Amino acid sequence: LNNSVSVLYKKPFAESFEETPLLVAVLTYMGYGILTVFGYLRDFLRHWSIQTCHVAREKEEQKDFVPLYQDFENFYTRNLYMRIRDNWNRPICSVPGAKMNLVERVSRDYNWTFEHTGRVVKDVINMGSYNYLGFADNTGACADAAVEATEKYGVGVASSRCEMGNLDIQEKLEQLVARFLGLESSMIFGMGFATNSMNIPALTGKGCLILSDELNHASLVLGARLSGSTIRVFKHNNMQSLEKLLRDAIAHGQPRTHRPWKKILIVVEGIYSMEGSIVRLPEIVALKKRYKAYLYLDEAHSIGALGPNGRGVVDYFGLDPKDVDIMMGTFTKSFGAAGGYIAGKKDLINFLRCHSHSALYATSMSPPVAQQIITSMTIIMGEDGTTLGADRIRRLSENTTYFRRKLREMGVVIYGNDDSPVVPMMLYMPAKIGAFGREMLKRNIGTVVVGFPATPIIESRARFCVSAAHTREMLDTALKATDEVGDLLQLKYSRREQPLPSLGWMAKESLLQD
Amino acid sequence: MRQYRASGRAFDNRSANWVTCFFRATRYRPVSERRQGNKEAPAYHLILEGILILWIIRLLFSKTYKLHETYKLTEKEKEDLIEEWQPEPLVPPVSKDHPSLSYDVVTGPPSHKITINGKECINFASFNFLGLLDNERVKQKALASLKKYGVGTCGPRGFYGTFDVHLELESRLAKFMKTEEAIIYSYGFATIASAIPAYSKRGDIIFVDEAACFSIQKGLQASRSFIKYFKHNNMEDLERLLNEQELEDQKNPRKARVTRKFILVEGLYINTADICPLPELVKMKYKYKVRIFLEESMSFGVLGEHGRGVTEHFGVNIDDIDLISANMENAVASIGGFCCGRSFVIDHQRLSGQGYCFSASLPPMLAAAAIEALNIMEEDPDIFTILRDKSQHIYNALQGIPGLKLVGVQFSPALHLQLERSSGSRDSDMQLLRTIVDYCLERRVALTLARYLEKEERFLPSPSIRVVVTIQQTEEDVQKAVSCIREAAAALLI
Repeated sequence: LNNSVSVLYKKPFAESFEETPLLVAVLTYMGYGILTVFGYLRDFLRHWSIQTCHVAREKEEQKDFVPLYQDFENFYTRNLYMRIRDNWNRPICSVPGAKMNLVERVSRDYNWTFEHTGRVVKDVINMGSYNYLGFADNTGACADAAVEATEKYGVGVASSRCEMGNLDIQEKLEQLVARFLGLESSMIFGMGFATNSMNIPALTGKGCLILSDELNHASLVLGARLSGSTIRVFKHNNMQSLEKLLRDAIAHGQPRTHRPWKKILIVVEGIYSMEGSIVRLPEIVALKKRYKAYLYLDEAHSIGALGPNGRGVVDYFGLDPKDVDIMMGTFTKSFGAAGGYIAGKKDLINFLRCHSHSALYATSMSPPVAQQIITSMTIIMGEDGTTLGADRIRRLSENTTYFRRKLREMGVVIYGNDDSPVVPMMLYMPAKIGAFGREMLKRNIGTVVVGFPATPIIESRARFCVSAAHTREMLDTALKATDEVGDLLQLKYSRREQPLPSLGWMAKESLLQD
Repeated sequence: MRQYRASGRAFDNRSANWVTCFFRATRYRPVSERRQGNKEAPAYHLILEGILILWIIRLLFSKTYKLHETYKLTEKEKEDLIEEWQPEPLVPPVSKDHPSLSYDVVTGPPSHKITINGKECINFASFNFLGLLDNERVKQKALASLKKYGVGTCGPRGFYGTFDVHLELESRLAKFMKTEEAIIYSYGFATIASAIPAYSKRGDIIFVDEAACFSIQKGLQASRSFIKYFKHNNMEDLERLLNEQELEDQKNPRKARVTRKFILVEGLYINTADICPLPELVKMKYKYKVRIFLEESMSFGVLGEHGRGVTEHFGVNIDDIDLISANMENAVASIGGFCCGRSFVIDHQRLSGQGYCFSASLPPMLAAAAIEALNIMEEDPDIFTILRDKSQHIYNALQGIPGLKLVGVQFSPALHLQLERSSGSRDSDMQLLRTIVDYCLERRVALTLARYLEKEERFLPSPSIRVVVTIQQTEEDVQKAVSCIREAAAALLI
C-alpha cells in the first residue's frame, strides 16, 4: 500500500503543521502558570470577600445540598475564560454575510456582565462565520423563494417525520440532495449535530468497532459513545496509524473474547475546522476496500466548499461517491440554512427511515429552511440557468489561495491544507488570544479566536473563514490589519524562508502573479 | 541473623565483587564476633552468593513478556485472518411492508386543514395546541426577520451566531416563566438531551420516571450516571428508592458528599398523557436533598392559568424547580427548545451544553416566530382556558368506545387511544390500529399512530393512536372525528 500512495492523488496534497518553536512553548506554559497563580489569588480574595464576587451562588435553602459544581471544574472558566470573554458570543444584528453589524457592548466589571450601549458597529468584515459560498443573504433568489415558502407553509411543523411532519418540500429536498451528491438516495434532519448523534447509534452497536480520528467533532464523539460500540482513536490524518489499528483489530477480534467484529466503521471528517486539514480520502478508500471496513464521512465544512463542482471532498479528489458508504453533511455552512443530511445507497436510507432516532421522535425540518437549501443547491448545480454557482465556487478557491499565500508571506504560522477555506493562524500564548480578538475588532475585522479546551493547551489560534462573498479589497483590508496586529503582538513565528508552492485544483490559472 | 535481599536492582559483572564485599560488610554480627572473623568467610556463603549473582545475570538477559499478550501472531497468520474476515452488511435489510418505510406525505401547510396523501383532512395529529402554525401575525414577523437576517446563522453561538433576536427571545422567555435566565437550543430533541449531561456526570445518581420520553433517555445515556427508574407517578416507589439511597449514603458519607442526585420528571407525559404530582416531588426534594429537573415540552403553553406550565397549574414556586426544559415545537409552533431557571444553574450550559456550544444557532426567523407566539400567549390568556375546555370535551366524548380505551387526564391535549384487548402480538395490534387510522383518513379526519423505536425504548408503551386537541377545532370537527372513530371501532374491531 505504501508504494502506490502517490498514484492515488491526482494533484499535490500540500499540508503543513509547523512545529511550535521551543521558546514559544516555554513562554506559553509560563503564561498559563502565571495566570493560574493569579487565579488562585483571586479565588482567595473572593472567598474572604476582599474582592466582590460576581459568581452566581446557590439558593439559601439549598446550601446543604450536594454542590452542583465542583470548585475546581470551574476554575478555568472563572479565572481564565472570564478575562477574555468579550471575544466570544458577540451579538450581531444583520445578515452574517461578508460584512456585518455588531451590537456594541461594554463591560464595567471586567467581563462579568455586559451592557448594550445601543450603538451598532457597522460594516465589520466578517472572517468568522461559516459562509463559504456567500449564500447568507437577505436578498436574491434564495431569500425570495424562502419568503414564498413561509407564506405557503408557515414556519413550524409540530410533528415528527414518521407521524404528521413529512412535507412534500422535504421529500423534494431529499431527491435533490441525492442528485447533487451523485448517490441513490438521502435523508434530511433538522439539526447537523443531531444528525451525527442520532444516526451513528442506529448504524452500529455492541460488537462493532468504530475507528475515529483524533480530532473528530463533538457530535461524532457523542454519536460513537451513544452507540455502545468499541471506539479506537487513530492519530490525526495518519494512515499508518489507521492501518495498524485495522490490522490489529481484524486479527485479534473483540477484546477478551476474540470473537470477530461485526462491522468496522471508519469515521472521518472532510475538513477539520480547527486544523484546516483535509482528510486523505484516496488512501482511506483504498484501506477500506482492502480491509472491508465501512466509511462514514462527515462533510460539515467541505460540502460546497471544495471541489471543482462544489460537491465536497469526494469531488476534490476525483473519487467515486459510491465508494463512501455513508456520506453525511450539514446545510449550515455552505448553503446558508440549518440542518443535516445523510446520503448513500437505498438500503441504508430505508433502514434509517425506520430506525433513526430523529425520524421517529424529533420534529422535521422547517419549510422555509428547506426551501433555502433547495434554491442554493440548485444555484450551485447550475440548474437555475445561470453561472452564479460556478462563479462562487471559483471565487472561493481564488480567495482561499490568495489569502493563504499572503498570510504565509507575512510570516505567521498557519496550519492546514492549501486548499481549505478554513485558515487557522497560531497565537500560542494565552494573553495574545484576547489581545488579537480585541485589536482586530478595533480595526473593524471580526475574527474567531480559540483556546483551550477546544485546542491543545499551548496551541491556541485565531481562525479565519474565507468566503466567496469576500472581495479582493476586503481580503486586503483584513490582511493589512493582520499584518499590523501581527507586528504589534509579535505573531510572526514562522521560520520558513520561502512560501511553499501552492497549487489549487485549478493549476492552469497562474495566481502567483497578482 | 544474616538477611539478604535480592532486590532486583541492576548491577553487572564488574560490580559483583563490590557487591559481595558490600554484603559482607553489611551483615549483622554481634560486636564480639566482629572483632574475630573479619577476613574469612565460610565456603557455603560464597557459593550462595555466586549462585545469586548468576541468577540475577540470567534474569537480566532473558526475554521479557507481557502478562496479557502471551502470543504474537505472525504476519502470515494476520494476513489469513484479514482475508477470512467477513463483516456483516452495513444495514440489515428492511422488509418492504415495514410500517415506517412509507411516510404519509403532507402537501401544503401542516395546519388545521391538512392535505395528506392528496386528501384534505381535519388535523387531529400535529401538536399545534394553540393553533399558531398558520397564524398570520407569526408569519409576518417571521417574514420581517427573514428580510432582515436571511435564513441561516452560519455559525454557533460563540462565533458570531448570536443574534439580537436570540438574546431577546431568551430574555422574553425568562420573563414569561418568571425565572432569572433562559437559554435557547436550535433543536427540541437536543434540549434535554444536552442539558442532562451538562450537570450529571459519571458517579451521580438520577431518579427517573419510567414513562420518560426518548430524548430524556438519550440524555441519561450520554451522562453515564447511575439511573434508577421508579414506577410511573408512584411516589411510594420513589420514596423507597430515595430511602435506600439514604442508607447507602450513611454507610459511605465521603462519597455521598460529592454524589449529586437528581429527580427527572415530565410535566405532562407524552407517552401516557398524564401529569406528574409536583407538590409531593418538591416535598421530597427538600426532605432528601435531591434536585428536580422538569421537562415541560407538552405542558408549556398548555397548563396553568397563563400557560406557564405545570408549576403554575399546581401553584408551586418556580424557584423550587432547578431546571425547566421545554421545546418550542408544540404550543409555540416554532422550532427549537429552551431551558430556564436560576442563573446559577442555566449559565453553566453556555459552556458545557453540547447542543448549544457545538451546533449552529437557531435561524433568526424561527426565533422571531417564537417571540411573536409568546406575545400572543401573553396578550390573550383565555386561549388556555379554551384549550382546556376543548380537551375536556373530547375526553368525555371519546369515553366508552367499545374496543378502545382512552389513556390520559381530562385536561391533556394529547391523548392516546389504546386497544382494550390486545391480540398478544404488537405487530398485529399496530396493523389493526393502522386500519382504524386509514378508515378515518378516508373520511377526512387526520389521525396518526404513536411511533416508537421498539428495540431502543426502555419501557415500550403499548400501541396507540394519538389524538391531539387544538383550539382551532370547532364543535362540528370534534363531532365528526368522534363519530368517525366510533364507526371505525365498530366496523374493524368487533
